[in-house]
Amino acid sequence: MLDDFFIRALLAGIGIAIVTGPTGCFIIWRRLSFFGDTLSHSALLGVTLAVFFDINIAFSVFVISSVIAIMLLKLQKTTKLPGDALLGLLAHSSLAAGLVVIGFLSSIRFDVMGLLFGDILAVNQNDLLLIWIGGALILLILKLIWKPLFASTVNYELAEAEGMKPDKYNAIFTVLMAAIIAISIKIVGLLLITGMLIMPAAMARNISNNPIQMVKLSILGGLLSVVIGLFSSLEFNSASGPSIITAALILFCLSLIKFKKYSELKK
Amino acid sequence: MNKEKKTLLKLENAGFSKNNKWLVKGVSLEVRQGEIVTLIGPNGSGKTTTAKIALGIYKEIEGKVNKFTNKIGYVPQKISIDWTLPIRVIDFMSLTEEPTDEQINIALNITGVQHLKNKSLGNLSGGEFQRVLIARAIAKQPEFLVLDEPVQGVDFKGEIALYELIKKISEELNCGILLISHDLHVVMSATDFVVCLNGHVCCSGTPQVVAKNDEYQELFGDRASTILSIYEHKHDHTHSPDGTIKRKQ
Repeated sequence: MLDDFFIRALLAGIGIAIVTGPTGCFIIWRRLSFFGDTLSHSALLGVTLAVFFDINIAFSVFVISSVIAIMLLKLQKTTKLPGDALLGLLAHSSLAAGLVVIGFLSSIRFDVMGLLFGDILAVNQNDLLLIWIGGALILLILKLIWKPLFASTVNYELAEAEGMKPDKYNAIFTVLMAAIIAISIKIVGLLLITGMLIMPAAMARNISNNPIQMVKLSILGGLLSVVIGLFSSLEFNSASGPSIITAALILFCLSLIKFKKYSELKK
Repeated sequence: MNKEKKTLLKLENAGFSKNNKWLVKGVSLEVRQGEIVTLIGPNGSGKTTTAKIALGIYKEIEGKVNKFTNKIGYVPQKISIDWTLPIRVIDFMSLTEEPTDEQINIALNITGVQHLKNKSLGNLSGGEFQRVLIARAIAKQPEFLVLDEPVQGVDFKGEIALYELIKKISEELNCGILLISHDLHVVMSATDFVVCLNGHVCCSGTPQVVAKNDEYQELFGDRASTILSIYEHKHDHTHSPDGTIKRKQ
């Protein structure tokens, strides 16, 4: 059954949706959307370096994204530039560096479109293993650090005062984000990873009133987007990554309609 | 008997500077079980900074902070909850600890906001939110409470009730409290030890001692010293000069 490319695509997409659901919620709560973008831009450099030195792509992307994340934290403390300027600086310099490296790789056949938008229909069994094992690990860590991470998301000082060690858990979460980008880059593509992270969560925010509910709905929204997106990609012969994100957009719009009714009720 | 009270917090010559400016310097104080220590002082005198030093929020400090408990409850002066967070009062109550449902109900009940249990935090009024903040801090049965202007925005009737509640908590839970308050009436009637700050410790001691201090009178004006005489009759105990309590029989 796993030989069927469509089944593999579905399994990969489902695995990613389960992981990006809860992580996306934290990204929205902590206002890290643009940070996610920066990390995924830097993933291009990770991929090209992996091809250049012939090492594992996911590993290379994870390392480069983590380095960029740590550099950002350092720069925030040592410079007076605002956070968004630093993010732009890192995003575009790593993107540019990645593109320069691609130039050196001209002798190797390189699927740039697949890299940017993902190629979910070319998932092999190794990719599936990486997604499901890596994803399970990420979810487990997220569950273990849920309480302190959530407390420091709600209020840093409160968490610090009551012994929740927010700095430590913020750093762990940053590394988890890098890991998610690493395992999903091949499937969703680096331009659309942030969309996969925040769109189901944004949809869930509109229709939930407590954190656990938002996480559950975010996972559900991600799953629906993957299933609808992949089937429509098969039906209309459209690119799979963008189809998934478009499905997520439609779900978001539907949640918006409901949200308006809800807020009218409150008035 | 007073000697047996466990010390919960000890600041020794603590100070904190930011951008080469000392926010507060040379603060020494001690909070013991069942005691209320109050910080008073004008705006910008370093009260909140001192509380944050005590709580370990400010880490690069001068001097020493020793905490002898990690069951800490904190009611900050300012807190903003992001509207992007869908969070109800009940979720907020178990933010850093896992109080039982009963503990949550009791805490919400005594601060008078049990009816808000399933409401979204973003929809509360300022005073309601303040009550929830206090409830959250006490639901976890802390040994040491830091209350930074805990009754701001609370209506007049609620204010008195909440100060009575704070007094009750310190007695019933045998909890040490570091209180920051502008309300001199309350400070002088309900606390065991007063530290008057103005960038440094201006004077400290029992309310009686502080009220007679010249620097205190200069900071707060002549009327401040008369407050004590109005409220003194409420005391059910006296203090020895080092701040320990002697109960009247």
